[in-house]
Amino acid sequence: MSKDNQLLEELTSKEYEHGWTSNIEMESAPKGLNEDIVRFISAKKNEPEWLLEWRLKAYRQWAKMVDPKWPNVTYPEINYQDVIYYAAPKQKVKPKSLEEVDPELLKTFEKLGISLTEQKRLTGIAVDAVLDSVSVATTFKEKLGELGIIFCSFSEAVQEHPELIKKYLGSVVPMNDNYFAALNSAVFSDGSFCYIPKDVRCPMELSTYFRINAANTGQFERTLIVADEGSYVSYLEGCTAPQRDENQLHAAVVEIYAMKGAQVKYSTVQNWYPGDKEGKGGIYNFVTKRALCAGDHSKVSWTQVETGSAITWKYPSCILKGDHSSGEFYSVAVTNNYQQADTGTKMIHIGKHTKSRIVSKGISAGHSQNSYRGQVHIMKRAEGARNFSQCDSLLMGDKCGAHTFPYIDVENNSAKVEHEATTSKIGEDQIFYCLQRGIDEESAVALIVNGYAKEVLNQLPMEFAVEAQKLLALTLEGSVG
Amino acid sequence: MSVVTETTPLLSDILADLKSEAGLRTAAHEALEQLGLPGNKSEEYKFTPITRALEKNFQLAKKNPSSEIESIDSFSIPGIDANSIVFVNGVFAEKLSHYEQTDVFIKSISGTENGFGTLADFKTDPFVAWNTAAWSTGISIEVKANTSVSKPIVLHYVHDSAAGEVKSFIRNIIRIGKSSSVTVIEKQDTLGDQAGFSNIVTEGFVEENAELSLFSLQADKGKRFHFGQTTIWQARDSRVNSFTLTLDGKLIRNNFLLVLDGEGIESHMDGLYILQGDTLADNHTVVDHRKPHSNSNELYKGIIDDNAKGVFNGKIYVRPDAQKTNAFQSNRNILLSDKSTVNTKPQLEIWADDVKCSHGCTTGQLDDEAMFYLQARGIDKVTARAMMLYAFAGEVLDKINSEPLKKYFDTLISERLHKNF
Repeated sequence: MSKDNQLLEELTSKEYEHGWTSNIEMESAPKGLNEDIVRFISAKKNEPEWLLEWRLKAYRQWAKMVDPKWPNVTYPEINYQDVIYYAAPKQKVKPKSLEEVDPELLKTFEKLGISLTEQKRLTGIAVDAVLDSVSVATTFKEKLGELGIIFCSFSEAVQEHPELIKKYLGSVVPMNDNYFAALNSAVFSDGSFCYIPKDVRCPMELSTYFRINAANTGQFERTLIVADEGSYVSYLEGCTAPQRDENQLHAAVVEIYAMKGAQVKYSTVQNWYPGDKEGKGGIYNFVTKRALCAGDHSKVSWTQVETGSAITWKYPSCILKGDHSSGEFYSVAVTNNYQQADTGTKMIHIGKHTKSRIVSKGISAGHSQNSYRGQVHIMKRAEGARNFSQCDSLLMGDKCGAHTFPYIDVENNSAKVEHEATTSKIGEDQIFYCLQRGIDEESAVALIVNGYAKEVLNQLPMEFAVEAQKLLALTLEGSVG
Repeated sequence: MSVVTETTPLLSDILADLKSEAGLRTAAHEALEQLGLPGNKSEEYKFTPITRALEKNFQLAKKNPSSEIESIDSFSIPGIDANSIVFVNGVFAEKLSHYEQTDVFIKSISGTENGFGTLADFKTDPFVAWNTAAWSTGISIEVKANTSVSKPIVLHYVHDSAAGEVKSFIRNIIRIGKSSSVTVIEKQDTLGDQAGFSNIVTEGFVEENAELSLFSLQADKGKRFHFGQTTIWQARDSRVNSFTLTLDGKLIRNNFLLVLDGEGIESHMDGLYILQGDTLADNHTVVDHRKPHSNSNELYKGIIDDNAKGVFNGKIYVRPDAQKTNAFQSNRNILLSDKSTVNTKPQLEIWADDVKCSHGCTTGQLDDEAMFYLQARGIDKVTARAMMLYAFAGEVLDKINSEPLKKYFDTLISERLHKNF
């Protein structure tokens, strides 16, 4: 047991490696939120009238709402008037190419291992980098353009493809969907937009990298992915933030619209600053992610590796509207120290013969609380719908908690729904088995944890799987026995 | 989790009707006023519109009609020699009851019993608050140490609604001394065709090495709306076997809470609901592991036909101290018709690391291949279907430890499933 404690100590003293800040000249809005701020953001972005109206409408709805109390997390009341809702790196004119981007900015992303210049050309990922609230650079635009794929920052899309934005913005997550979605709809500053035309298979992984840099700011970005009939895209998202004592708010919205036969794979490695080992600071990650499988035979797959954030509140969901459409959710959520996570998914089966699969693996250590909350709803029309859910929890240490809140609502008698969940620690017999075969305790634990999470990690694209495995190793290697 | 309040005319009627008395009743009265009745946004009553059902079917101002039932023989359980306690319209029917006090002390409840009101929490559930403020009768069962009670005790909750609607508020307390054992059977029945609402709260204390077998039969063909809260506290090395069979009723809500407050405890919590018509059966169960080295096992199965609705919510808590806990829970459902629905929420909340806990839940229909297999062997469709459903239900039925009771439940289930083999 003493060895466990020692290892646990080690683990808890592990520093957050992306905790530095960069000195970039910023311009930001005054603190607080009111209609003027919304107008200010909209004016900054040079937005058309209809979008300002949309934002204002969202703001008015938000002002009437109260923040949700049902998640299994506790945090002090957030003062929404004490947050800066807009912060952007100062740039005189929009850069035409990477050469014109502030070198300090490029260095920031270089440091994160996200090179916006040379190397990525070799790895073949198109990146849209978002610092604080603004997209700073998007790579590989021309190459994607040849195929008719639109991949750019959200504000650019508003200027250049207003018809698409107007049609799909809010079509999956309505502005008044929930408290944080409404807040985002009012003040979102940038994000990524992606459109894959009919029958096009996107040849490379598209990626957004989010970074919060400025202090006291909230980050509110919005991602919109529209996959036209028969198209395919794999999308990656990564995030980090500097180490600060105060909590910072991140309230993003991701919308995916999949038409007939389209396939979208969305992967996240979330590594926001989780706070120090006393639970001070860290990001509040309150995110709304939802996909609409609008067309028949469409498919959306969410994969997430959640290691960061002081508090995670996130339910990537699928609305399976088209017949034979399918949704998948693979998740590994790791909490340590005083982190809290309330995460899961919703699978709403509307169309006939829709299928969904949920695999959720929670790992909690230290004083953390890790909850899975999910809903599988089979509507009356969803004949022959099929769902399989598995949510396992692994506990390390006797001060953490693992909780499961699955809701299963079935209204159709031809549906088959299965749910299973287990909670346990790494078994002594498993360790013993390994020891017997000459594998030392630490490697044995690594082996078992890796095996435990493998089902999810396997779903990640190559480039991300490496990062995720590294992250997992950082947080957990050798922490149990 | 707080219950979403709704100030409704019904609530003000209830509150006006409750006399302000001293002590617990007043506290419960205040709690009810504060909690309000659950609306459809209330997490705990989301799928069970009990408030709406009460508003629609009952007038609180109406007093219970008096009853002249002569005999309840038609409601008795065949093949069982039991101490039977009968309540008719919320009144203890001394004349209809017959019991011996040889090895068990049975008396009408007074509200001053040791432990009264300590288990059923009226501060969080409005219906428990209502009961605590309004109970009119009930029974206290006490078993001294080292006694094995020979005859089971049957509690008949009878509504005689021929002359008008009935509302009954019953409160029971069961205390089982060290190394003793007793079997308690609850049964609901209605005479007459008017609506009846029963609100029954039972608190049980099972001391060291004692055993309680608790059966609940809910097969009331009348218009029964029911709320029940059963909370059992268990000391070390004690055992509880519970079985709830729900076949009929308009709306049945069972709250069942087991508190495992010692080491070496074994708890079995089983249930079977076979629903048809427009019955709604809602089982909310909680197993609360507070101390290490205890085992709990929960199995609820449902077969739902017609417009019926099944709701299941099973919570397992494992407190930080409760290391080496084994807690298992399973809920399986078969939907037979287009309009039947099931809402289930198996929930685990675990704060201890050295535990083995699992829950599983499935919803589906009869396997086509198995049906084909049986039909290919010359068994007609109706029989094949009955066979499979009977086998499905049999798994829970097999867990009943009393032979005559098992036989009785078996006949009820066979009849319901049209078993003809």
